[in-house]
Amino acid sequence: MKAGMKLTGSEILIECLKREGVKHIFGYPGGVVLNIFDMLYDDKDIKLILTRHEQGAVHAADGYARATGKPGVVLVTSGPGATNTVTGIATASMDSVPMVVITGQVPTMLIGNDAFQEADIVGITRPCTKHNFLVKDVNDLAMVVKEAFHIAVTGRPGPVLIDLPKDVTAGKADFVWPEKVGLPGYKPKYEGNKWMISQAAHMIEKSKKPVIVAGGGVIISGAYKELRELAEHTQVPVTTTLMGIGCFPETSRLSLGMPGMHGTYYANKAIQESDLLIALGMRFDDRVTGKTDAFAPTASIIHIDIDPTSIRKNVRVDIPIVGDVKRVLAVLNKTLKTDVKAQWGQIRKAWLKQIDDWKKERPLTYTKSDTIIKPQFVVEKIYELTKGNAIITTEVGQNQMWAAQFYKYDVPRSFISSGGLGTMGFGFPAAIGAQLAFPDKLVIDIAGDGSIQMNIQELATAVLNRLPVKVVILNNGFLGMVRQWQELFYGERYSYSHLDVVPDFVKVAESYGAAGLRATKPSEVEDVLKEGLFKIKKTVFMDFAVDWKEKVYPMVPAGAPIDHMLFEEAEAKEEKKKRLKVVK
Amino acid sequence: MRHTITLLVENRFGVLSRISGLFSGRGYNIESLSVGEEIDPKYSQMTIVTSGDDLIIEQITKQLNKLVDVIKVTDVTEFEHVEREMIIVKVTPKPEKKTEVLNLAGIFRGRVVDSSESTYTIEVTGDEKKIRCVHRAYEAYGDKGSCAHGQGGHIEGRLQEVDVLGFWELPAFFRNLS
Repeated sequence: MKAGMKLTGSEILIECLKREGVKHIFGYPGGVVLNIFDMLYDDKDIKLILTRHEQGAVHAADGYARATGKPGVVLVTSGPGATNTVTGIATASMDSVPMVVITGQVPTMLIGNDAFQEADIVGITRPCTKHNFLVKDVNDLAMVVKEAFHIAVTGRPGPVLIDLPKDVTAGKADFVWPEKVGLPGYKPKYEGNKWMISQAAHMIEKSKKPVIVAGGGVIISGAYKELRELAEHTQVPVTTTLMGIGCFPETSRLSLGMPGMHGTYYANKAIQESDLLIALGMRFDDRVTGKTDAFAPTASIIHIDIDPTSIRKNVRVDIPIVGDVKRVLAVLNKTLKTDVKAQWGQIRKAWLKQIDDWKKERPLTYTKSDTIIKPQFVVEKIYELTKGNAIITTEVGQNQMWAAQFYKYDVPRSFISSGGLGTMGFGFPAAIGAQLAFPDKLVIDIAGDGSIQMNIQELATAVLNRLPVKVVILNNGFLGMVRQWQELFYGERYSYSHLDVVPDFVKVAESYGAAGLRATKPSEVEDVLKEGLFKIKKTVFMDFAVDWKEKVYPMVPAGAPIDHMLFEEAEAKEEKKKRLKVVK
Repeated sequence: MRHTITLLVENRFGVLSRISGLFSGRGYNIESLSVGEEIDPKYSQMTIVTSGDDLIIEQITKQLNKLVDVIKVTDVTEFEHVEREMIIVKVTPKPEKKTEVLNLAGIFRGRVVDSSESTYTIEVTGDEKKIRCVHRAYEAYGDKGSCAHGQGGHIEGRLQEVDVLGFWELPAFFRNLS
């Protein structure tokens, strides 16, 4: 690039993206972004992945970002193109995923005129982006792109939107790549308060029954080593939230699995009976806490999070530490090793014994069957066959919870799921994004028959780009989680949760040029998985006709304390009672 | 409790919308809001009066701080500060009441800023209590054609330098420490 040469807005944008290290963009063309798309036509460094819907593009960029830790980039047109991205942006925002979404906009002259394909996307996405920009002058463009990437990846990451009017993409300006950003109001705090950290160390030392609750922040900041060191050195059990899954090996004795609504008995029990909660990079979502007044009633809480608004939002906190989990834990671990001389094994013996007892008392389980496929069995088999060596994405609902419960995640970024927003239709495009980032890895979307239909059009994207994404459909003909709630809390009135017509997924897959397999009996499960996961080298839909009556257990009813859990045996007893009544 | 929060923000389009959207989106209430450009036109100063318990006010200030366009948030309620509101009242008194209206303006140290055959427009500044009195006093004199008031607040003396993120770490209450 020659200095002093005038470039068009489109050229500046592409140049900026290259300097930010962007290799892939997910997008969809349209009228006002034609200038930019024209630049991409013969560009050798940046490849645009054409999805079949803008929502698919955002979820794919999201999956790409979650799998790699690098920001996902989206490029769509104005109006409907832009509004179609909103669900994806909100999904990324809730789960702190770094992303830059570039939307086209009608020419500046026409903004506010209700022009063709005009939408106030900056206004619409204001509450669901970390920040957004409308570029009115091509001279500001380079700085805006630089700032957008900076904001997206630093602090608590999140999606940033850039709205680009068509005349800005055509206008010319000198290209100046800014050395640094000028954001006087944006200064994320990375280093934790030293004094607070030393107080936390003393609390850990004095605690008899501590629990670490690790969230998505541990994955984002890359604090796995530090977390392991803390847990193993001080012998504290670790429960990982849905977003934190994979940040601590679930095969470790210290792992408690997931807490909360569909968490393990032992994780919830441990939280409720603990005297100290060490919350790392998590935000006490209501799916984790249940009834907040009754949450961890006897525990003091140390809360480490980079976002000050997460602290003292839902639960009281005794030691708040604003900072990056990795850096704070590094200091905490050092303090614990130098300043505290404790016989950790001795101090924790009784507590860890108690936890082992809870694990024995009620492990995660389900009733096995020889005649009908249990969805949990399919997930277990996937784990068994892949030996945990895969990236699992999920849709939302029962499939998501079973995927979280019955597969053991030992490495970070191996579980990708829409936690905060709970977006059905997320998993398949997210798997496409993850597969694009890691072409040689096995990427599996564990889906339901409801969720997969929400972005099923992305089959074309997967096939076209030769992305061998494996989709496991736990097909029960229902919106399973809705049906479960209706069965338990609405007197089995299945209002509009039965899907009636479910397409033949094998034929759907084949019609797009992907492979389709089906299992209807438990004996077929393993063969179908072996064939689909390992033998077929292209996109595969595996349709498993599973027991529609199966529910996710344990379950904490909404608004109840997390130790008030429903279990499968209780249900079995109820059934027995009912049958006895009939006999009488 | 009522809190007066002042903000130093970047003077850009959309900033007011980000701030008011934050309040409405999270269910917080704005009692009054005023915006004015600073001497350096790159920045604006906002004064927001809101109410809520300690936890809500803490969330409000933290959430405001989180906005990229917001440079500094100060809850001036906690500091010695001066608060001033301004009210502009337009009244249409009956001819025999005109003197009373002018006398009232005198009592409140107000100024007549406009007059016509049938109306007076009077401007008064003062603290919240005084403005309420003015409001009540003038209600008796014919139509209130217009009435605008906003509030500006400033900490007395020098603005105290507080690291706002660190600041929230201080009021923690330590249980089980002893």
